[in-house]
Amino acid sequence: MPKITYIDHEGNERTVEAKTGESVMETAIKNSIPGIDADCGGACACATCHVYVDTAFMDKVGEQQEMEKSMLDFAENVQENSRLSCQITVSDALDGLRVTTPESQH
Amino acid sequence: MDLSSASRIVLIGGGQAAAQAIQSLRMGGFEGSITLVGDEPALPYQRPPLSKAYMKGEFAEERLYFKPAAWYEDNKVDLILSTRATSLDRAARKVHLEHGAVLDYDALILCTGSRPRPLPVKGADLQGVHDLRTLADVERIRPQMVAGRRLVIIGAGYIGLEAAAVARTMGLEVTVLEMADRVLARVTSPVMSEFYEKEHRAQGATILTGTRFDHFEGKDGHVSAAVLADGTKLPADLVLVGIGILPNIELAKEAGLTIDNGIATDRDARTSDPRIFAAGDCASRPLVHYGRSGRLESVHNAIEQAKLAAAAILGKPRPAEDCPWFWSDQFDLKLQIAGLNQGYDELVVRGDPDARKFAVFYLRNGTLIAVDAVNSPPEFLASKKLIMSGAKLAPGVLKDTSTPMKDIAAAAATA
Repeated sequence: MPKITYIDHEGNERTVEAKTGESVMETAIKNSIPGIDADCGGACACATCHVYVDTAFMDKVGEQQEMEKSMLDFAENVQENSRLSCQITVSDALDGLRVTTPESQH
Repeated sequence: MDLSSASRIVLIGGGQAAAQAIQSLRMGGFEGSITLVGDEPALPYQRPPLSKAYMKGEFAEERLYFKPAAWYEDNKVDLILSTRATSLDRAARKVHLEHGAVLDYDALILCTGSRPRPLPVKGADLQGVHDLRTLADVERIRPQMVAGRRLVIIGAGYIGLEAAAVARTMGLEVTVLEMADRVLARVTSPVMSEFYEKEHRAQGATILTGTRFDHFEGKDGHVSAAVLADGTKLPADLVLVGIGILPNIELAKEAGLTIDNGIATDRDARTSDPRIFAAGDCASRPLVHYGRSGRLESVHNAIEQAKLAAAAILGKPRPAEDCPWFWSDQFDLKLQIAGLNQGYDELVVRGDPDARKFAVFYLRNGTLIAVDAVNSPPEFLASKKLIMSGAKLAPGVLKDTSTPMKDIAAAAATA
């Protein structure tokens, strides 16, 4: 199973095993990773699962769809490597993925 | 009441609010016992996908669970599932369960949710007539969702229309019966109703508004037709009833808690008993951005009230109350709703409904109170901020699609 490391805004790292086919958001929620709210449960409706993707993985996490892009446009502290983690599907290629959570999702 | 010395917390109900409250209590450092009593057999799960992706069979049941079974063990949460709470003894701080068990509590959170409003007509008990509320309902419905079968949906609310969209995508013949003169009449404006009616018709569904349904006919115990008041028979292999929900308030009411449509709570989700909280569909709460109380049926409301209750129990500052929001997925249309539109005196359409990307703003005295945004996240997200700020807005500004929503929100913030 691919491993994902979540880093909170203070630099604390948590590495968990992820299931292929589930999202980076779901993996976080099921492992109680702090810093990801994901209120809508993955419907791309709430923009509360914002993460910063390690730049080494940017070309492996897939393209942003239009909905995600326009949702992220309203998130706080958006960067080049910002993504909504509900829109990143875990695959073997993402083994070792590192994402950082923002200080706030609101 | 200071509950910071509470060591035993009991939750009744196992839906969104209960799952959030448990999470917030443990993340907030609560180390005492947590017991959840739920009347369904499954681990606490998300309901919204039941009428959307999950209904289509796009993923496994375990993906609906908020947390895997191991999480409850690791976090020392006792789950008592498939079990109903039968009464509260507030003086003795006990919850009585069916089969005779009794739980003691220092703080109690009622997350009893709601149940489908029953349809009191002849034939409602026939096989093939279903509600759509629980995992068990979907397990019964899904094997019958076969291309070519005739599905009749009673009620054109969000649940009915979402199910209609799924069924059309799967190739069923779909007829939706609605008593009101338009779909979504209880929740949105005629502009939105017209848009969704047109969309469903374009996708091949039959939408009959202003229609009085009378009863079901059966054959060998299974539904065979829906019969209208004028005698018209609509052949049916499968029926879904979605005519709204009723809050589960009985336990609270019998225990003498104040009821106001739902279980009445204050801003901390506390009921008229200082040791008892209520969250989610069952609770009526102050709607702080609207200066009144009300009962909301939404994920956001369940999450927020659960967080408020957990914070109050733990003696932490009250979390900020967001503007109410909702969503609905039908076909490839994502509808995002912010605010509550009741009492609007002005309506502004931004964008073109025919382009399937537009928003309807609702204003009252020049202030934005709600938006319905179809495939338009900027309109939704900017409106959340605008609604909470209470800023005055000129309708012409909202209508002008050449000005981005971000700029409109920024201008209103500095005005």
